[in-house]
Amino acid sequence: MTNTTYPEISIQTADFSLADEVALLERNNAIDGAVVTFTGRVRNKNEGKEVTSLTLEHYPGMTEKSLVTIIKQAKERWRIGRVKVIHRVGELFIGDQIVFVGVTSKHRQDAFAANEFIMDYLKVQAPFWKKEACQSGVNWLDAKSSDKNKAAKW
Amino acid sequence: MIKVVFFAALREQLNCSQLSLNSENLVTVADLKKQLASKDEKWQKVFANNTLLSAVNHDMVSSEQTIKSGDEVAFFPPVTGG
Repeated sequence: MTNTTYPEISIQTADFSLADEVALLERNNAIDGAVVTFTGRVRNKNEGKEVTSLTLEHYPGMTEKSLVTIIKQAKERWRIGRVKVIHRVGELFIGDQIVFVGVTSKHRQDAFAANEFIMDYLKVQAPFWKKEACQSGVNWLDAKSSDKNKAAKW
Repeated sequence: MIKVVFFAALREQLNCSQLSLNSENLVTVADLKKQLASKDEKWQKVFANNTLLSAVNHDMVSSEQTIKSGDEVAFFPPVTGG
């Protein structure tokens, strides 16, 4: 399996299996000794409020294009093998998985750095929006300046 | 014609997910914004928000970006995925 045919991006409503994704990153891939994965989940509290659910909206077409660009940048900066980014959309509940980023490389440093870079850039460039439902009602989340700063450090 | 799409809080505030308009007299994204803001008070208020982001044909752009007939222009709030 070459990297060009590996399905690197999935935007989906369905849940995903961490074990299945790791297996896909590792299958027929004896050259990479490092597999770094990140999974983001729905927290029960946000800024002190009890959250009941999140609804994720995105911009079909642009989402895929922006993720392809982010992955391309990561490949230009680090020696990495396979990359997989999964982002769920629709209504999600506490504890549900939202996002997955998996990166392989020969040695760990490249995969660690590339994984964090992809997440930091996804946070500020990929067109997803979260709407939060809590006891007091429903509201769109505001972007955090800390996320902007994290992406800028690269 | 230019296709204009709106997302998230912006779409809800405008109660509009997309519209098409004639591209005559529109050179840049800023021109388009100005024209949309002139629709009525609600649109004017929404487009006065300078944190709004814009994209042309799925690429994030600045307001100086030129546009032409056939383009898809999007406006949306800062993104909050991940």
